[in-house]
Amino acid sequence: MTAAPLLSVEDVSVDLPTPRGNLRAVDRVDLTVGAGRTLGIVGESGSGKTMLSRAILQLLPRKAKPSGRVMFDGQDLARLDGEALRKLRARSLAVVFQDPMTSLNPVLTIGTQLVETLQEHLDLDSAAARKRSVELLAAVGIPAPEARLMQYPHQLSGGMRQRVAIAIALSCEPKLLIADEPTTALDVTIQAQILDLLAREQRRRHMAMIIITHDLGVVAGRTDEVAVMYAGRVVERAPTHALFKHMHMPYTEALLAAIPKIDAAPHTRLPAISGRPPDPTRPLKGCSFSPRCRYAAGRCHSEKPSLALAESPAHQFACFHPIGLAAGVSA
Amino acid sequence: MATLELGLDQDVAIVSVRRTRRLGLLFWTAVGWMIFVFAVAILAPVLPLPSPTDMDMLERRAAISALHWLGTDGLGRDELSRLAYGARISLTVGLLAPVIGITIGGALGLLAGYFRGRFEQLVVGSMDVLLAFPPLILALAVTAYLGQSVFNLTCILGVLGIPAFMRVARASTLTLARREFVIAAQALGASHARILFRELLPNVALPLLAFFLLGVAVTIVVEGALSFLGLGVPPPISSWGSMIGEGRESLEIAPQLAFIPAIAMFLTVLSFNLVGDTLRALTDPRQGAL
Amino acid sequence: MFGFLARRLLYLLPVLLAVSLLTFLIASLLPGDLAYVILGDQATPEKVEALRHDMGLDQPVWWRYLGWLGHVLQGDLGRSFRTGQTVLQAVAERLPVSFELMLLAEIGALAIGIPLAVACAVKSGSAFDRFVTGSAFGMLSVPAFLSAILLIYLFAVQLHWLPATGYVPFSEDPIGNLRCFVLPALTLALGEWPVLMRVLRSDMIATLQEDYIAMARAKGLKPSRILLVHALKPSSLTLVTVTGINIGRLLGGTVIVEQIFALPGIGRLLVGAITTRDLIILQGVVLVVAFGYVLMNFIVDMLYAVLDPRIRHGHA
Repeated sequence: MTAAPLLSVEDVSVDLPTPRGNLRAVDRVDLTVGAGRTLGIVGESGSGKTMLSRAILQLLPRKAKPSGRVMFDGQDLARLDGEALRKLRARSLAVVFQDPMTSLNPVLTIGTQLVETLQEHLDLDSAAARKRSVELLAAVGIPAPEARLMQYPHQLSGGMRQRVAIAIALSCEPKLLIADEPTTALDVTIQAQILDLLAREQRRRHMAMIIITHDLGVVAGRTDEVAVMYAGRVVERAPTHALFKHMHMPYTEALLAAIPKIDAAPHTRLPAISGRPPDPTRPLKGCSFSPRCRYAAGRCHSEKPSLALAESPAHQFACFHPIGLAAGVSA
Repeated sequence: MATLELGLDQDVAIVSVRRTRRLGLLFWTAVGWMIFVFAVAILAPVLPLPSPTDMDMLERRAAISALHWLGTDGLGRDELSRLAYGARISLTVGLLAPVIGITIGGALGLLAGYFRGRFEQLVVGSMDVLLAFPPLILALAVTAYLGQSVFNLTCILGVLGIPAFMRVARASTLTLARREFVIAAQALGASHARILFRELLPNVALPLLAFFLLGVAVTIVVEGALSFLGLGVPPPISSWGSMIGEGRESLEIAPQLAFIPAIAMFLTVLSFNLVGDTLRALTDPRQGAL
Repeated sequence: MFGFLARRLLYLLPVLLAVSLLTFLIASLLPGDLAYVILGDQATPEKVEALRHDMGLDQPVWWRYLGWLGHVLQGDLGRSFRTGQTVLQAVAERLPVSFELMLLAEIGALAIGIPLAVACAVKSGSAFDRFVTGSAFGMLSVPAFLSAILLIYLFAVQLHWLPATGYVPFSEDPIGNLRCFVLPALTLALGEWPVLMRVLRSDMIATLQEDYIAMARAKGLKPSRILLVHALKPSSLTLVTVTGINIGRLLGGTVIVEQIFALPGIGRLLVGAITTRDLIILQGVVLVVAFGYVLMNFIVDMLYAVLDPRIRHGHA
């Protein structure tokens, strides 16, 4: 891959002022996504992954203070003025939120919510926009698409609603799609269908995609690269197969162990990670994971490890006692 | 919902900080004005004011002077004195009518919210019917039949306030009756009367009191409006409303005759609204603060 | 949808019945007076008795009520013994004036309240927001008659832009007619906008935090469209309810304003009936007004269902 990456997140941090002090939701994150590639961002609740996605999309809450650069297609999104940024949306940058019950407007029809996006960015007249909407709904696997146009979100099932949300996101052929926990609010049986749909559309359109999730199982086999986040920082990053073959972060290891396995013996204890993520208003001096880490010792409590390289530059981790390695080479 | 998982705790902290700051300068100024007006109204006869009924035809609509601190009205009567005596009437009706509302309405609401069932349906239904009448029209109609007097006015305005107080009392009772301290009392075998008086009433009294102050503000306004039209307190008794009504005649030559009592009424109503609203925000049992 | 309508209508009937009963009871508080009043200074005990018998006033109350109710259901609310007009005629003459006033007042209140609410919601927490919210609170303490004399003083007495009193029918002179309504409607609007503004602002602030607004922004829609279509519609529920209830409430509020500005509406009719002791008109008008009030609340309930499709389909 020789071309510059489509998206390059450079030293991005997000601070939130709260009555209890400053909250560092995202701490100096670097990421890249190439055109047509899929990145998975994995982390538990409070890891900052959602804040990061909002920072990339320039949809942070008013009080939030971002810093760093978000380079998309050669432009720094953080420096773009409102109108230019608005024009970029949907056509280049699209998003699917977690809960389609709350991300779709309950008092507007499905049709309206599709057509308005098309008309805003593609300059279609209403008849053409309607036709295109029906095509989109069919493409995401919704039966009887014409009838759906007149329906309201609450009249559809959860899985259908998320398909609609995906249809809206894909409607203007974006170059990058960010899916923030796209299946968390859905039934387990529907989850695989939605993920397959996303993967299929991504391949067809050569679209770049970021999947944000707390479930390592979701990114296996569906992403090219994975970044693991903890307490606002990226703690391990690698091509997907490399990560699963040789994970170096104790946290990543614990995450993988926490996934229930279908072939385990019945009543096997699920090794949950004990403890809770640190209070983001009171950051720890040492490694943020050290209170919960099996391997924590000495340095871990007093120094923050920075991202170091493993066997290849593509695989990075931040740990003083990485699994399977004596020590990392400094990045 | 995965947007701001960290968000919830912060918001609660923000809300409680803002609550305690509300008893600020504005609140105490309002309380001060309320006390001031009340004092003037009570002490009017002993204050060194000229009589409010002494007419001086030579000094009609006079400007502010050392003799008449706020000037005189269309019949030469001292404006300041009239203002003070007007306060007596406005406040009498304004304070006594809501008392009727809070006692009867509060009792009905408390009982309805506690006993539920048919009784509650009956109470709520009859309040709905009473509420079906635009209050001003009902007040006008009744005073037409019963005659204009301060007593009649106070009674009808009091009755008109009953539904509102009933609603507040009932809402509070419904929330509180399910709280642990009531269930505990019932488990200990306390009688209905005891629960109503010892457990519920003290807690319902707080939001009712806040609402009472708002009721005073509304009553002063309604009485003022009726008296303004000459259909409230019977002449020659004058409240602020009647003063404003009389002042309307001389808007072109002496606008202050209308505006002075208007300002007094506005400040008083505003004070009661401010204090009542603040207290209501602090004592609403639905906020879970109690 | 029709099941919903039918159920609400069914609840309406007992309320309307109770309203008519209450109106009648109030009117029959002093039956002796009615005959006395009609005869005036020609009243002698025998004549009063005779007239009372003629008018059926010596019958028991419930009998008279049923008789009256029967007449009402046939459209006969009685006839004024002063003017000879039937109640319905008098009401039909005056109602349009009151309606025009109420409508213009509510439009005025919305015209002031909605833009302010939207602006405050967008700039929530700013100095502008606090100023407007504070003014709204202050305005609630200014009763209609105070606003009225202030406006009259400013616009009629000082500036001579608008008439202080008077009425010109629309059919005669539309512009003149509207000029007569500016001050009265503005008076009422000044009292109504704070409640509307507050309610809409609060709902909009909540709506603007919702995910679907973030989604609308993520779709790159124009900010005006996001505000006016995505945010305003779901926030308007309480506004519509309050507006409807207000219009109903205004039925009583126009009394003051009609008196002050000498507009020949229902309110003025009522006050006139009171001062001239025309008790039949009084009874009839109170009934009509109360009915209108109840009906208004009913319409508001219906509108609610239209605005929020979730209620229509029984979800919410």
